[in-house]
Amino acid sequence: MKPSVVKAQPADVLKDASMLKQKEMMAAHYERLTSAPQAGEKVASTFVPGNLNELIMCFDLVNNLPEVNAIQSGLRKQSGQYIMEAERAGHSEDVCTYVKSDIGMMLKGNIGPNGKELPRPDVLLLSYTGCFTFLKWFELLREQYKCPTIFLQTPYMADGKVTPNMIQYMVKQLKEDVIPTLEEVSGVKFDIDRLREYLKKSAEAEDDLVHILQSGKNKPSPIDAYFGGIYYIGPIFGAFRGTDDAIDYYRFLREEVDERMLKGLGPVTPDGPMGEEKYRLVVEGPPNYTSFRQFWKMFYDEGATVVASSYTKVGGTYDYGFRHDPDRPLESLAEYCLGVYTNRNLPMRIDMLSDYINEYEADGLLINSIKSCNSFSAGQLLIMREVEKRTGKPAAFIETDLVDPRYFSAANVKNRLESYFQMIDQKRGSKGAAA
Amino acid sequence: MTGETTSAIVKRCEAIFDDLNFTLAREWKEAEPGRKVIAYMPVYVPRELIHAAGMLPLGIMGGGDNLEVIHGDAYYQSYICRIPRSTIELGVSGRLDFVDGMLFPSICDVIRNLSGMWKMLFPDVYAKYFDVPQTYKDEVGGVFYTNEMREFLHDLEGIAGRKITDDDIRASIEVYNDNRRAINELYALRAKQPWKAPASEAYLVIRAGLVLPVEEHTVLVREYIAAASAQERPLKDNSRVVLTGMFCEQPPLNLLKSLELSGCYIVDDDFILISRWLIGDVPTTGDPVHNLSQAFLHSSMSTAAKYEPDQEEKGQFLVRAVRETGAEGVIFASTSFCDPALLDRPILQNVLKAADIPFIAFKYAENSGQMQPIREQAGTFVDSIKLWSAA
Repeated sequence: MKPSVVKAQPADVLKDASMLKQKEMMAAHYERLTSAPQAGEKVASTFVPGNLNELIMCFDLVNNLPEVNAIQSGLRKQSGQYIMEAERAGHSEDVCTYVKSDIGMMLKGNIGPNGKELPRPDVLLLSYTGCFTFLKWFELLREQYKCPTIFLQTPYMADGKVTPNMIQYMVKQLKEDVIPTLEEVSGVKFDIDRLREYLKKSAEAEDDLVHILQSGKNKPSPIDAYFGGIYYIGPIFGAFRGTDDAIDYYRFLREEVDERMLKGLGPVTPDGPMGEEKYRLVVEGPPNYTSFRQFWKMFYDEGATVVASSYTKVGGTYDYGFRHDPDRPLESLAEYCLGVYTNRNLPMRIDMLSDYINEYEADGLLINSIKSCNSFSAGQLLIMREVEKRTGKPAAFIETDLVDPRYFSAANVKNRLESYFQMIDQKRGSKGAAA
Repeated sequence: MTGETTSAIVKRCEAIFDDLNFTLAREWKEAEPGRKVIAYMPVYVPRELIHAAGMLPLGIMGGGDNLEVIHGDAYYQSYICRIPRSTIELGVSGRLDFVDGMLFPSICDVIRNLSGMWKMLFPDVYAKYFDVPQTYKDEVGGVFYTNEMREFLHDLEGIAGRKITDDDIRASIEVYNDNRRAINELYALRAKQPWKAPASEAYLVIRAGLVLPVEEHTVLVREYIAAASAQERPLKDNSRVVLTGMFCEQPPLNLLKSLELSGCYIVDDDFILISRWLIGDVPTTGDPVHNLSQAFLHSSMSTAAKYEPDQEEKGQFLVRAVRETGAEGVIFASTSFCDPALLDRPILQNVLKAADIPFIAFKYAENSGQMQPIREQAGTFVDSIKLWSAA
């Protein structure tokens, strides 16, 4: 049984009602997930980029996302001990901390964020999109769970384009490997019309998501597209894409954001409404989750709002026009996987970030480079220099980690951010003087 | 046969290894107008196609421990391996200015992203991320890979300014089949009589094949085998080990020498894996591109950069390597920050534990200079192997 989600109404709630609603949705999902064995539901583990939630739902499977579990562990200050547990078990200090948090959590009983044990997956849907680590991560999980593992390879968009060969390859994999194995695991026959229905719902929510993300073009921006953006992308990047709940959530969020925009208000922060918007930033790279609030506070205390970010595109680049298409269901799933941010080549990433700076009238680019994420991090120094050159706007570079608290140095990050804001001020001052 | 001694052959190979200006490849290119050089990084590209286009495939394995990286470090954070930064150093310092194309095989996110960086840094040079299938059904991964190779061939024809025929490719396949046979003979010698062909020498001989035209290299390998087989060298009380994890960023030569000095006979390894990637001969009749695709799908080496669809088969390549070479243990030598090797390592170690094969692990970088800790670790490992086997 799927628990019903509380339907909040904009008029009934405070300004950050969307965040509460999002938390309720996530909590409901974790309840469904942890009670799946008792409810007789089967579980498919998969990844956020290349998440085929609509397809998973066609087989009545519950979607479990180890990355999101690791994020939850990070936010709850659990990931540090999990990572060390994994390292004690022989995992290198050099590799992805999502993986180690996940493995460590498993070694310590696999307790989810709701305090209940997460179920063993019935199938691992290894959707290999934009991150090499995924491939090894599920080999590691397969060794433990010994369950069927389905591999779906998304070719890399190395030349900045999707070729017919790429689409054909992915559709063939879906038809010959992914769908038959999901049928076998679930015992549910694939119904393409059911998939079309879910994809139609996805597209509806995606329209609203794009409206919300692009509201960052307003001055002041009614959203923070990085820290706040993480809440916004949660449902659609996770287990809710293709559902009525997602449609409701994004419509609700859109109304909330529109209302703030009409009133000329900025985003809502953990300490209340944002004050004066002094700096408008574009951010590249994932955030740090172990000190998430502290990290965010370093921005809003200085009046800095993130108006656009690349991280909110790891689960789909909808603002570049992609929508799930019920008329081309399998091709559309392929195109979705191909287009996610980390599957785009460096020149495409540079184009995107430069466009954001120009279109969102940002003051500059900030890169949060993640120690254990080569997919994002390798090449970021070139990205920084190139975006700076193209836009004429200053860029800065900080280094943290996803969920390893050992690599978040608050004083260091704060110093760098303060220097960066001073740099922006100086740039503005020199422009004023020149005028 | 030239009758050269092993030391003379090794000296020749070491000169090629040390030459970061790739003089031989430059000379090859200059010898005839219109010649082209296509460089590639680890782990695998089908060199047969480059050869069929009349071009020289040139293997770029980073800068080693003799290259001072000045510019390259400005492109990478401290937590990224060294091979991309030294490769960029080679590029921006003009050492690759004669190269007409650069291939970045599908191995990890760092090399993948480097392909885009190369496009930005050297916009006038052909740069290609060479994608390979990670699914191995003929009609799925096979078709994808065949089409990718045909697209690559099309690009090569554009660079060469001429058509590449199936006969051209078949002839190149035969040349590379012969090269692999020679290299396999060298590995067989090392497994049988490792004191006659030390890994540090064999490494240089095989590595020369990244620069020399393949035909010349095959001759060189056979010369070395003949010379090494004929030379009497003392049999030491060493332990036989398989070395794994070196499939991308290469070890400093001193690392191999240090392992040997500490009492290891390295009887199998995964360095310069391209030279043995395809197992057995690729057929020289029929559709050559299809044949290369089939060989990749069904008859190629296992490594951490590849997905293993069968859990039962995972890591068994290492067990087989140990059994077939009579090795007594495995040394995991992985590059620092190498996602494929380091993520794979715990799984492989569990496989070895189940097979009761001892192992140790350490990390290195291509410019690692301090060998004492590695020598001590390896020496202790060798001692413990001897104690176990005595028991």
